[in-house]
Formats: sequence, structure tokens, C-alpha cells
Amino acid sequence: MDSIINGFIGAGKLILTINPELFHIILLSVQVSGSALVIAALLGLPLGAALAWGRVPLRGLVISLMNTGMGLPPVVAGLFLYLFLSRSGPLGDLGLLYTPTAMVIVQTILALPIVVSLSHAAIVKVDPVIRQAAITLGATPLQEVLTVIREARYGIMAGVMAGLGRVMAEVGAVIIVGGNIAGYTRVMTTTIALETDKGDFELAIALGIILLLISFGINVGLRFFQRAGRVRSGIILWD
Amino acid sequence: MGLNLEVDRISKSYNGQAVLQECSFRFDSGRTYALQGPNGVGKSTFFRIAALLEPPDAGEVRYGDNGVALPHDLHLRRRITLLLPQTGVFNTSVFHNVAYGLKIRGRPAPEVEDRVNEVLGRVGLIHKRRQNGLDLSSGETKRLGLARALVIEPEVLLLDEPTANLDPKNAEIIEQIILNRKTAAKSTIVVVTHDLAQARRLGDYTLVMAHGQILPL
Repeated sequence: MDSIINGFIGAGKLILTINPELFHIILLSVQVSGSALVIAALLGLPLGAALAWGRVPLRGLVISLMNTGMGLPPVVAGLFLYLFLSRSGPLGDLGLLYTPTAMVIVQTILALPIVVSLSHAAIVKVDPVIRQAAITLGATPLQEVLTVIREARYGIMAGVMAGLGRVMAEVGAVIIVGGNIAGYTRVMTTTIALETDKGDFELAIALGIILLLISFGINVGLRFFQRAGRVRSGIILWD
Repeated sequence: MGLNLEVDRISKSYNGQAVLQECSFRFDSGRTYALQGPNGVGKSTFFRIAALLEPPDAGEVRYGDNGVALPHDLHLRRRITLLLPQTGVFNTSVFHNVAYGLKIRGRPAPEVEDRVNEVLGRVGLIHKRRQNGLDLSSGETKRLGLARALVIEPEVLLLDEPTANLDPKNAEIIEQIILNRKTAAKSTIVVVTHDLAQARRLGDYTLVMAHGQILPL
């Protein structure tokens, strides 16, 4: 019990004294996950919209793949990317293994199916009369698409937030392709795993608290977008 | 003054079932026509073709002196507005709902502000301009739809059952808005209604659609 109490006291000191190691790890985590999320959103939103409009070859297969990808175990994603990036792999010459770039790639792979699937679902759920209204008021085809996407914005944002939640909490894939190198590829989740193994709980608990706060923030954001997406007539666009 | 609309021997079938059969009629500019007919007789199909949202299987649609109107002709389509029975309300404020047609036409913000406020005043929704459009009652929603159509000053206004399922008070308000537009003679108006008395109140002419044709009553 003492070790837990002492761990929390030490963690509080690390947070309150703005420990440089702690904040470097937080910063790297935010950079890696933030970059992965931006890339996943840039690729995923247009793909989700295109799937909703049915203008993608092998649409059914792509939707199935994305839905399957939502449940992809992170360690499996990490394993395959490791095999591709390792010295003997097809992309070994790029020298990306054990770099933050490799961590961004694997987190993008994990976030992309969530962003695509949830964006697609949000756009498909927009009432067809919205599209008809846009057309009858003189919208061009592009304006029509943008209008429907705008109507689905809360569902799309919820998808992006869900993607962020997945990558921020992920540990298996980044430890495989990042290597957990101190000061270079060590992020919050991998540090918690390492410090727990070492029995040094102060830093682990401090990062755990920060991670919980971030997760709480993400969930508050998710809840906001879910509530805002409700159609007041009683039909729920997003829940 | 509005555009005149002429349909010349237009035909349309769905799944082998003829809906319009060599239907011809000329709607003169600035006049108001009330169109009647039972459900499923082809009024909505006629409206979609007239609004250039879908092509006829055969025949031609002409607006003004523009020759044959091509389906999806954006320039011409923007001079016509079709008000559907279901108002697709955007999940935003009443103001932004009404401003939509002007914004997609690239109108400057001050003009949008002035015109939207003026139209909202006309339909009695100015006090609700900041409210979300989804929070309006069914009567107010119909007025919102009409405001959205009127703000872009269409030269042809096609109204598909604008007072359907409304209480008498809201139906009267909508009717009055249409009558004001009729008096201004700025649009050619075709309004579908099942109420013969309303057809006589609104229209300069009352028409009936039967057997895929439009006929004077």
C-alpha cells in the first residue's frame, strides 16, 4: 500500500514541478498521435465520403476491410509494419524502423479504419431530403457534397475523436516499431509499461494520470459531438 | 416578370409504367397556376422535369427564349426553384438555412444579411433567426422552406403541396405569402394543391393532371 501512496506522491511532484523528462514524453506522444490522426483524417474523410456516394471500385470490399480494420489488434499491425520496415523487409532501405515516423505510420494504420468507417456511417445517415434541398436551391454537385458532409459534421468529428482515443492509448504497435528508445521514441504508454516492469511507479503513475486526463478530454469531446449530432425531431443521426 | 415555361410532348415512364404521356403546356411568365390531381398521377414527376432535375424520356422543356433546356443546366436551374413537400432543414440556424441559396451563389455578406432579414420578416420568422431550424414547428418549417426559395428571387417557383398537413392558421399564412408573390408578379408560379378552393384563391388558372396530361379545369 505504501508503494502506491508513495507512487502517487512522487507522481504529483513530477507533474507539479513540470519534470522535463515527463513533458518530453508527453510532447512526443502528442506529436506522434496528432500527426497520425491528421494523416488519417486527410485520407479517411474523402474515402468515407466517396464510399457513402458509392463512387469507389470494390466499394463493398473496401467497407468490409475498413470495418475489419476497426478491430485490428495493434500488435498485429505493429508486427506487419515491423516486417516491412526491418532491414530484410521490402521497405528496409528507408531506415524507418525505430523512428517516430514508423510510430506515426502504424498509428495512422490503426486510426484510418475508424475514421473511414465512422465518417462513412455519419454521411450515409444524413436524410436524403437534405441533398434534395441543396439541389433544388441551386447547388453544384460539389456544393451538394459539401452540404451533406456539413450535415454529417458531428458524426465525422466523433469518428476523428474515436480515432484519437485509439492511438493515444495504444502501446503494442508503437513499442514494436518504435523500440521505446529513451528521448527518441519513448511515449507515454510505452514508458508506463517500462517503468512498471522496473518497479519505478512514480513516472508511470504520473503518465497514467496525464493519459487518463487526455482520455477524459477525448470522451468529453466525443460526448459533445454525439449530443450535438442528434436531430431534434427525435431521429438520432449519431449515438 | 418571371420566365415562361413550355413543355412540349414530354413523356416519362418508370418501370414500364407511363407517368407523363406527350404532355404539353405553356405557362406564361408572371402568372400563377394551381395544379390539381390525385396522388401518383405524375405531378411531382412533372415538377422534377420542369426543374431540370431529371430528363424526360421524350419531349422538350423550354424556358423563355433559351431554346431547349438541358437537364442539369446549372445556370438555368438557378433561375428556377422547386419547393418539395418535405423541407430538408439544415442543422444550423434559421438565418443560415435561408442564406444557403445566396451563399452558394457567391453573394456578398452584406447583401445576404439584408435579403435574408427582409424575407424572414415577410414569412414571420425574423424573431427566430438565431434559432436552430430543426427546432421549428411544422408550420414554421414550411415557412422556412418558402423563405429559402423566395430569398433567391426565382423567376419560376414550383411549389409542391406547400400547405399539406398544416393547420388552417399556418396554411393561411403560407397562402398569403404566395399571394403576395403572385401580386408582385416577379415569378411564374405553379402550385400543386388538393384543395379546390385554395386552387381558385391562388391561381390565375386552375389546371388538372390526368392520364399523363395537363389540362385546364
